[in-house]
Amino acid sequence: MLTSKVFSELLFSKGFNFFTGVPCSLLSGLISIIDDDPKTPYYPAVREDAAVGLCAGAYLAGKLPVLLMQNSGLGYCLNAFTSLNLIYKIPVLVIMSWRGEDSTDAPEHIIMGEINQNLLNTCGMEYSVISSDNYKASLNTAIQQMEKGLPYTLMVGKGYFNEGH
Amino acid sequence: MKGTEAFEEIIPLLTDEIAIHANGYICRESFNIKDRGKNFYMIGSMGLASSIGLGVAVSRPDQKTIIIDGDGNVLMSMGTLAMIAAAAPKNLIHIVIDNETYESTGRQRSLSKLVSLEKVAQSAGYIHTKKVTNKSQIKGAFQELMGKDGPSFLLIKVEPSFDKSTGRVHHTPEEITFRFMKSIKKTKS
Repeated sequence: MLTSKVFSELLFSKGFNFFTGVPCSLLSGLISIIDDDPKTPYYPAVREDAAVGLCAGAYLAGKLPVLLMQNSGLGYCLNAFTSLNLIYKIPVLVIMSWRGEDSTDAPEHIIMGEINQNLLNTCGMEYSVISSDNYKASLNTAIQQMEKGLPYTLMVGKGYFNEGH
Repeated sequence: MKGTEAFEEIIPLLTDEIAIHANGYICRESFNIKDRGKNFYMIGSMGLASSIGLGVAVSRPDQKTIIIDGDGNVLMSMGTLAMIAAAAPKNLIHIVIDNETYESTGRQRSLSKLVSLEKVAQSAGYIHTKKVTNKSQIKGAFQELMGKDGPSFLLIKVEPSFDKSTGRVHHTPEEITFRFMKSIKKTKS
């Protein structure tokens, strides 16, 4: 079963060693585990595009970075993805919560919840929606894409990484 | 002093340091004075030189990392000053060439004429902040900050003066990534 503990251990075992992001309640458990682990630095970012820059710098300096954010941050990141990561071939693993996955979420999440996959597709950025069934394979796909210098997004809905919130 | 004079002072002072250059005229000036493998030139993603520099600095505490930024870039990503102050990398020097304009888009005015960026950096929590207005102060200020634990902030006030005939960075973005990573890679001892 996919939980914050299971997934954080998988990330660590695959060599991911630099973490930053802007919190989302759906990622609260995962961020807590990573932030509490003294082996893995977590740098709180003020905005998602600054986190993209931070991850880019970390990658250039030899780290394997992860950006944790809500899908509301995707808009802020688009210029960074298109004029930095995609043209410089700087990979990053994005773990993006999917608010507005269904129309019962709060109004501010509805439009982005509907269009986030189209935005990624339009930018030519690959992604998977992860679940208990596919998270290992999805992360392996992400790593393969990153080895080609590409960013990859793992979208995650409610109920996996929000333990205790 | 003119902006070009500031670059002519500061760029020759770089020796073994990692240097992240903001987009626009900053990377073009630097590239044309002295191209180096340890230079990362940004051609887009305005505002992110500071966060890229922070990512490098915290990942390579054994290396001095210099960010060469502009006033428009700093104003766009003022929050990153807080991230730098909070992470507090001792090896980071943030240099801002402040011409109070968006020079590469036609010299539209920026807010740094009215907002003191070195005071913002100081309030955010940079350990050392300095402002220089005279060409003769640059070398001394840089060397002083190089000798101290940072994060440090050096604001260089200049007049816009960019010569449009200054060439663009020749390397492709992919080449910049490859060369930069190779140049800063840790050598196994």
